[in-house]
Order: sequence, then structure tokens, then C-alpha cells
Amino acid sequence: MKVVIWLVEGTWQGCLAAAVRNLPPDSHVALLHVTPSDITEVAEAATAGLLGRVFARHVPGHHYEEAADQAASQILVAGAARLRREGVELLHRRGRVEREVVSAVAQGVDLLVIARDGDRSRLGPRSLGPATRFVVDHAPCSVLLVWPEEPPGIESIPPPPEGHRPPPGPHREGLPGMPQPPLP
Amino acid sequence: MSAPIVETLAVMFLVATLGCAVLRPWGLPEVVVALPAAALLVLLGVLPLSQAGAEAGSLAPTIGFLAAILVLADLCDRHGLFEAAGAWMATGARGRPVVLLALVFAAASLVTAVLSLDATVVLLTPVVLTTVARLQLRAKPHAYACTHLANSASLLLPVSNLTNLLAFRASGLSFGRFGATMALPWLAAIGVEWLVFRRFFAADLVGHGETVAVTPPPAPVFACVVVALTLIGFFVTAVLHVDPAFAALGGAVTLAVPTLVRRRAKIRDVAIALDVPFLAFVLALGLVVKAVSMHGLSSLVVRLVPSGESLGSLLIVAVVAAGLANVINNLPAVLLLLPATAAHGAGAVLAVLIGVNTGPNLTYVGSLATLLWRRVLHQRGEELPISEFLRLGVVTVPLVLTTATLALWLSLRLVG
Repeated sequence: MKVVIWLVEGTWQGCLAAAVRNLPPDSHVALLHVTPSDITEVAEAATAGLLGRVFARHVPGHHYEEAADQAASQILVAGAARLRREGVELLHRRGRVEREVVSAVAQGVDLLVIARDGDRSRLGPRSLGPATRFVVDHAPCSVLLVWPEEPPGIESIPPPPEGHRPPPGPHREGLPGMPQPPLP
Repeated sequence: MSAPIVETLAVMFLVATLGCAVLRPWGLPEVVVALPAAALLVLLGVLPLSQAGAEAGSLAPTIGFLAAILVLADLCDRHGLFEAAGAWMATGARGRPVVLLALVFAAASLVTAVLSLDATVVLLTPVVLTTVARLQLRAKPHAYACTHLANSASLLLPVSNLTNLLAFRASGLSFGRFGATMALPWLAAIGVEWLVFRRFFAADLVGHGETVAVTPPPAPVFACVVVALTLIGFFVTAVLHVDPAFAALGGAVTLAVPTLVRRRAKIRDVAIALDVPFLAFVLALGLVVKAVSMHGLSSLVVRLVPSGESLGSLLIVAVVAAGLANVINNLPAVLLLLPATAAHGAGAVLAVLIGVNTGPNLTYVGSLATLLWRRVLHQRGEELPISEFLRLGVVTVPLVLTTATLALWLSLRLVG
């Protein structure tokens, strides 16, 4: 079984820990990190908007990509060390993050492990970040979505609105012809 | 020449100047077209020599002030101020992305306010990005914070933005009064940006980065003291009725002398920081816009811009200014709007500044058709993050614009 674990800044430690607990023993593991290619552009666009500044264009270039590549390899190497298994493949890509992740698992990958990101104080339909959402929607393989930290308790479900009448239950009767579930 | 011909000529020259600033044929600096355009307008009699002289005379102190600030910011960089700021942010954040964002907000707001938006864009942003990478955090919120705050946080002082410097004289305000009136709008703009950023980038502000133990660079005590004294100097010179540009000049010279003596920089480096082509471009653009506004356009602008300092008129002024800044870039926009609004008083001028300074966040790169769609989009063969930029702009700019204008309206009542 080929498994790819997507490591992202901020959540990769938790993602790895959760992945290790769920990995089949015979799996072939690859760690993936993608450096976003649009960060430099955000910075450079601001410089381009400064009309007339000749000096601004002669300031030595941004060193972000160098630093980001270094950070990426540190994350990948540290991640491999934590896995403590043989033959871990390290994949580093650069580009539009969500698209690079999907294309990295496009062929021959059985499982992609990713960490939930997003704002965990506002759980709901938009609780995943846009990149994670894109990967969940488009990855052509099974996706294991793990909590990079302690999962929240069931009490994270908001209470029903006032005046809401729950359906009769609990539904323990089962369907006709099925064995009755044991009573607690 | 008949009036319509003169009018058309003036507008054509402005279009050519701005067009070449966007296209920059053969990579030529903007001034290469702007300066001949201004000269031709004078030679053709569209802009009478006396008027050109008067305009140049009124722009000269502003350009001097600008030159001093450019050199001051560059020398601060050479003294390690920005590198130290990066180390302070890394130490203070201790791997927490929201704390780092707060520190980036603070640094970008202060650098923009005191050393101008150029310093934030050119000198602070690269330091922020490498700091984020070193902390192994996601860079996106912090990169956008720098670009957004370079605009939104440039409301506070006349030195914060070239648009402010140009409006400063027209407003008739003292340095201190300018700062006191704009303090509330400045804080309001930063506050709104913070609230939007926390929500917009919630997905990227998660988890925990590295707490890297970097050996901090030596604290740039001298540069910090000089910047602080320069800042005090701005207010003191205003009280003494001396041009605050002299405070900036004093600061730049004080930093330059030891740098040159210790050969940490050559005269040539200071000359590059001075950016003479840029200063000449500002002068030439000022003259071209003067020719345009002399011939008809100013009366159009007067009709567009309401007088009075009611909340409603301030809002209209700010929205018109933001709109114009997004169509033709904020530098020509402020030059066009100033003569018409200066007559309406300081409140209107400051509302123009709120519009032209915070407005450019709406479109990618502050427009001119978003710098001709970032000069043929595909030149680099990469997709640009334009849709994300626009989405963030659509959320922040209307909110920042209204909140800051409301704050200005309040401020005008409190400070007078």
C-alpha cells in the first residue's frame, strides 16, 4: 500500500503522529511538502505598484524561496526521522499548493494523509482551509483526514436551537427481521 | 492653440506618461518619458513657464523631504534595523502564528508610519518572509499583511506616504496636527485589517512553528536613536516654524556620516538610495498633471468632490479618491484631486488621503488596470494569486475606507 503524508507548516508534527497510529505495517510511505509559489509574487506585486521607483528595483532580491526551501527540507528530514522506518520517500514540490498535492497523488497512491487545518473555533461547513478543502474534493485516492492535535469532544456540536424537538428515540428497535440490539 | 486642442494635448501627455510607467518599454525607467513630456508641454505653451516654475517651486520642498526619507530608510537597513526587527519578531513569536502576525502588524505599521511605505515594501517585507520561513510557519498571512499595511497604515504622518507629503502642504496643517488628526483613522484602519486578517487567514494561522534559537544580531541602537530623534524633530521643527524636511535631512546625514566613514557604504550606495530618477519622475508627473488640471479637468474634479466636512461629504471624497487611485494609480490621483479639495479645507484633503492610501488594496498592485494585468500575466509562466488578492481587497477596502473616514470625522471634531 502506497501512502503519502502531506506535511504543512504548523501542523506537520501532529499529522505525522496521527498518521503513524493509522498506518498499515506493510505500507510504503512518502512524505510530501509543497512550497507555495505565490508568496514572492505577493511581495513583488507591491514593489511593482510603486511607480517610478528605480531604487526599489535594485534592492537585492527576496530570499524567501531560499529560506522556504531550507525549511521544507528540514520538515521532511525531521518527519522521516520521526517515522522510524526504512525507505521513506521525501517529496518536495513548489507551486500552487493544492494542485501540487493532488498531482503528487495522481498515480499509484492508495492513501493520502492530511491534517485538518482551518479555524477550529468555528466548526462547520467552512472549517477546512481552502487548500485542504480542494485536496479533499479532488484527490484521486482515499484521504485520511486527521486531527493534528487532540480531537474535540462530542460537545463541540452546538446545542439544538431553542424550541427544537428531537425526533423520538433512541432508535434501538431495529428493523423488522433484524436481531434486537442488547439493552444497556 | 484653441482650448479643446490644448486640453486634449495635456490629457494625451498624461496618458503617455502613465502608459509608459506601466509598460516601461525596453525596461526604461518611468522618468524617461515623464520628463520630456513635461518639457514638451512647457515648450508647446500648454503649461506656461511661469506656472511650471511655480509648480516646481511648490513641489521642490516635498521632493527634498522625500529624498531624505528614502536615504534614511536605506541607511537604517544598512545599520541592521530591519534584520534586527526580524530577529525580534522571531523571538517574540516563539512559534505562535497569531502572535507572529500581531508582531508583523506592529512592525509594518510602525515602519510605514515613520519610514514610509517604500521601506515596508522594499526593506521590511523580505525580512518578514525569511523570518516566517525560518520559524516554519505559513507565509501567506504575513506576506499579505506587509503589502496591505504598507497602504492602510500609511495614514499617520506626512512622511508615511508620498501622497501624504504632497497633500501635507496643501492641507495647511502642521506636522503635529496632521499626525494628531490622522492617529484615529490610522488605528481604525489597522484594527479593521487585523479583524479581517484573523478571519480571512484563519486556516493558515494554525498550529505551532519552530522556536528557533537564532543568535540575535547586534541591536542597532544608533539607528534606533537617530530615527526616534528624527521623529521628535518632525514635531519640534513644526513648532519652531522650520520645514520638517530638515529633521529628515538631519537624520539622514547623522546616519550617513558614520556609515561612510566606516566604509559600510559608498557614496554611490547613498546616491542609489536617493533615487534621483524617481525624484525627477515625481516632479515631471506633477507638472504634467498640473497642465491637465489647469485645462478643464480641475473643474470636473471640483464638481465631483463635495465641499464641507460632514460625514457624508468626507465619505464621498474618500470613495472618489479610492476609485481614482484604482483607475490611474494613487500618485496621479492625489495630484489631480489636491487643487480641488484643498479649497474645501484640511478635512477634505485628509479624506482624499484615506481614499488614495487605503484604496489601492482593492486591486492587485494598485491598478492602472492592475499594472496592465501584471504586465501580460503569463510572462513568468506562473499563475498569479490575483483572485485571492481581489477577494481580500473586496472584504477589507470598503470596511477600512468607511471606518477610517468615520474616525477622521470624529477626529476632526475632537482635534479640530
